[in-house]
Amino acid sequence: MGIQSKITASTPRPRQRTQNVLPAVGLHLLLTLGAFLFLAPLYLMMVYATQPDNGIYSGAVWFGTEAVQNFQNLQADTNFLRAMLNSVGIAVLYTTISLLLTSMAGFAFTKYDFAGKNFWFGIILATLAIPAFVTIIPQYILMASNFKLTNTYWAVILPGLANTMGIFYMRQSFQSVHNDLLNAARIDGASEWRVYWQIALPVVRPALAALAILLFLSSWNDYLWPLLVLNNKDAYTIPVALGTLVGLNRVSWGGIMMGTAISTVPFLILFVAAQRHIVAGVAGGSVKG
Amino acid sequence: MLRLRQNLTPYGFLLPYLLIFLLFWAYPLIRSLLDSFDDSRTLGFAFSFTNWTRLFADPFFFTALKNTLLIMVVQVPVMLALSLGLAVALNSDMLKAKGFYRFAFFAPLVVGTTAYSAIFRLIFSTQYGAVNQGLNGLGLPSVDWLNQATPAMTVIMLAMTWRWTGYNAIIMLAGLQSIGSEVYEAAAIDGASKWTTFWKITLPLMRPSILFTLVLSVFGTLQLFTEPALITAGGPGNATMTIGTYLYQQGFRSFNFGYASTIAYGVAILGAIVSWIQLKLLGRD
Repeated sequence: MGIQSKITASTPRPRQRTQNVLPAVGLHLLLTLGAFLFLAPLYLMMVYATQPDNGIYSGAVWFGTEAVQNFQNLQADTNFLRAMLNSVGIAVLYTTISLLLTSMAGFAFTKYDFAGKNFWFGIILATLAIPAFVTIIPQYILMASNFKLTNTYWAVILPGLANTMGIFYMRQSFQSVHNDLLNAARIDGASEWRVYWQIALPVVRPALAALAILLFLSSWNDYLWPLLVLNNKDAYTIPVALGTLVGLNRVSWGGIMMGTAISTVPFLILFVAAQRHIVAGVAGGSVKG
Repeated sequence: MLRLRQNLTPYGFLLPYLLIFLLFWAYPLIRSLLDSFDDSRTLGFAFSFTNWTRLFADPFFFTALKNTLLIMVVQVPVMLALSLGLAVALNSDMLKAKGFYRFAFFAPLVVGTTAYSAIFRLIFSTQYGAVNQGLNGLGLPSVDWLNQATPAMTVIMLAMTWRWTGYNAIIMLAGLQSIGSEVYEAAAIDGASKWTTFWKITLPLMRPSILFTLVLSVFGTLQLFTEPALITAGGPGNATMTIGTYLYQQGFRSFNFGYASTIAYGVAILGAIVSWIQLKLLGRD
């Protein structure tokens, strides 16, 4: 991955040692203050997840002992275990299918010439510039009235599979795969499907990983669309379940913070482990193909 | 026969995606355009401008539009300036412990909108929020954050800035690092100061990534929904109602699908105009 190596490597520049001391101290002070402000909400979220409500109200800044009680409140207010299961199921299905569809299409656009190639790519690219709001009402009517899929995983997953960004990203990635490599496999008698699946896909594995993380996260955190097509408590995803609680007046904030912590902390850990992939994915979306 | 097979192979790879794309993107795009020109008082399609004339006379739409544009004009530039500063700082070779700072500023990008909306609603709560407790601790009076127009809007802008600054900084960092070091070495040899180098070299060369983050942020702002819906419920009054929450209200609370489609296309037209202006101003190449 070109992008990720660029990000980790710092550009060597001529330095003047004595002049740099004061700006360096200032820079670190400023960034430390910023880092404190940026981490504070996450830290408080984790503290509150373990505090009783009166602990939160009286200004707790350290961990309490009510984690289990808060989870029980959360589970009682909304079927949170079920919401977790739904979120995992939907995110896994969505990520897998989306990776498959966008990589196949990206492969077709990069490695073949065919009638209508520029036409289709142009149309797909043009929709990048259209706000998703424009399609949301017909999509909803399709789901609710035509297909009657409300409250199913498919209702949440299907519209998001028309993922323009993914096509764009995969197309860019496949450009780094040499045609000679593919032709060698063809000469050995491999079918076009095998050329794609066994030769081209493994080469772009880092790009697939980066895209997978972004797709998973976007599905995991999506709120508006699941809110529209899920109206049964047992079908809720985590964001929808949390959203219903936040709007209520008499709620357990400890429970809500436990819910936000459960939906966030695994990804903070993942972020530390897979920072390169996440950063490469975000940055990769912006690089011209 | 062989030629035919070769011509169909790419369509085999493309077809599954294309079917989804046509059904869930292309068709809804056209459908909502037609719906916006449909007279909803009659059964079946009847061409009419009623939705559009209603849009241009609707005070609630203009309130939502005003609030959305306010965020676009205030929050987006501040956030992008912060992102740029952060990208430059994180790229500086004076900086130690880069891993820690990256974690601190990039961590919010894995947090979902619902989750951070809940957190911000709680920490900005008037009676027991951490922010007011902090202010009181410093001897300052509490602010009624969520029940007054300007403070409520401020909280939403702060929340968005918290969530997206790091994300935009990553994109700018990628742009920054694609600038070759030779350019800087040449500038250093010519005796250019750091300040001059930044304004005359770094900034112009970063134009593509700045433009990209600007377009992304503008589109994100146009579609803003979760934060005003969950942090302030659009209130107090309609002070934080955005085009997004208004569209939700018209489409999925009042079920005015035709009118909601008109609002949605209003967003698209606005997005096109703003993008066009941005391209004119910044994207000359």
